[in-house]
Amino acid sequence: MADKLIPTPSQTVGPFFHLGLDRPAWSDLTADNPTGQRIAIEGRVLDGDAVPVPDALIEVWQANAAGRYNHPDDHQGDKPIDPRFRGFGRTATDGEGRFRIVTIKPGPAPGRGNALQAPHINLAVFARGLLQHLYTRIYFADEPANAGDPLLSSIEDEAARRTLLARPEAAGSPALYRFDIVLQGANETVFLDV
Amino acid sequence: MPSEPLPFLRPRPGTQPPYLYPDYASTVKRSPRRALIRFEHTLSELTGPGFADRWAGPDATDLTRQRKGEPLGERIIVEGHVLDENGRPVPGTLLELWQCNAAGRYDHPADQHDAPLDPNFTGAGQVVTGPDGAYRFVTIKPGAYPWRNTPNAWRPAHLHFGVFGAGFVTRLVTQMYFPGDPLLAYDPIYQSTADAAARERLICAYEPALSEAEWALGYRFDLVLRGRAATPADPG
Repeated sequence: MADKLIPTPSQTVGPFFHLGLDRPAWSDLTADNPTGQRIAIEGRVLDGDAVPVPDALIEVWQANAAGRYNHPDDHQGDKPIDPRFRGFGRTATDGEGRFRIVTIKPGPAPGRGNALQAPHINLAVFARGLLQHLYTRIYFADEPANAGDPLLSSIEDEAARRTLLARPEAAGSPALYRFDIVLQGANETVFLDV
Repeated sequence: MPSEPLPFLRPRPGTQPPYLYPDYASTVKRSPRRALIRFEHTLSELTGPGFADRWAGPDATDLTRQRKGEPLGERIIVEGHVLDENGRPVPGTLLELWQCNAAGRYDHPADQHDAPLDPNFTGAGQVVTGPDGAYRFVTIKPGAYPWRNTPNAWRPAHLHFGVFGAGFVTRLVTQMYFPGDPLLAYDPIYQSTADAAARERLICAYEPALSEAEWALGYRFDLVLRGRAATPADPG
């Protein structure tokens, strides 16, 4: 341990991050026409008083429709890489705390050991007032594989588990899901220490 | 079947800021109250976006030449490496930079500070790190500015940096400060990290060898990201 460097501490993005980080085109992960079911995820970011957070930034990272990540450490040789799908996106909330991401529904990716994880999108939340970003995951409420997901199964409180489930709101292409991010309070989203 | 990639190390106590830090008032309503759920890293945490193929757009490393004329202020060179905590370079990752101008004003509609905008300064840049993790920006030294955290509070001069690294959990957004700034002692954002040695990571070093004579002052600033554990069982 002694010869290790101390990692740089995180600091808040502050209220003016749009200047360097806002990339409106990155909110659509389907621009290159990847394989998979089109979905849109809409929601709001809310604070401990249920007040919308107008200066939050959301980043997403996900596997492709087959459940493979576009990354050299994903060695799942039985699943194809989709050259049209990078799997990374970003969007800032608007004045009412709303965000929208357009992507494809990810396939199931492996967990530790022999476990299979239910389809999910990995999410990072940045905002003024967050000294470090928060991690959470978006699962899909209408996904049967949720029952076998190691992370979801580890959350005993039903209401807490539900905060990780995007609710289907409208069929179509893209199919619309709703996922609110509550930073604090009774309906607080489950955040992850990863 | 290839073995699973090794997990990333966990931060040592006190080396990262807490979510709730009441001296920074905006944390009070925006910090979670429930304990975060800890679990072992899966492929979802160990992988993350790559930028070596330049899909994020061209490098923009000279912030003094983005408009017609030259921005006002003290020209500076900021260079360094993106490393992991094992000291290994992090190549091909995206480093994003934003900052206010020399007068302490951001080119952003939400910034209402009574200080002039500079028509020759935007304050945003980006670069993909080289094979050795190196980067270099030319910019101007940002000014201090007031904020409403407490009466008569002033932010020390700082650059905002965002960087990705090898996995989704190596993501880092931070701020770089300047050595000897008297405002650091009063700044709750800087002070929020308890460990003094970790805080020092946030301060760049003046380095005469990086300065260019008759032109710009040189500072060194390395960004250190989480590194991988040595073994799968390494608790970090």
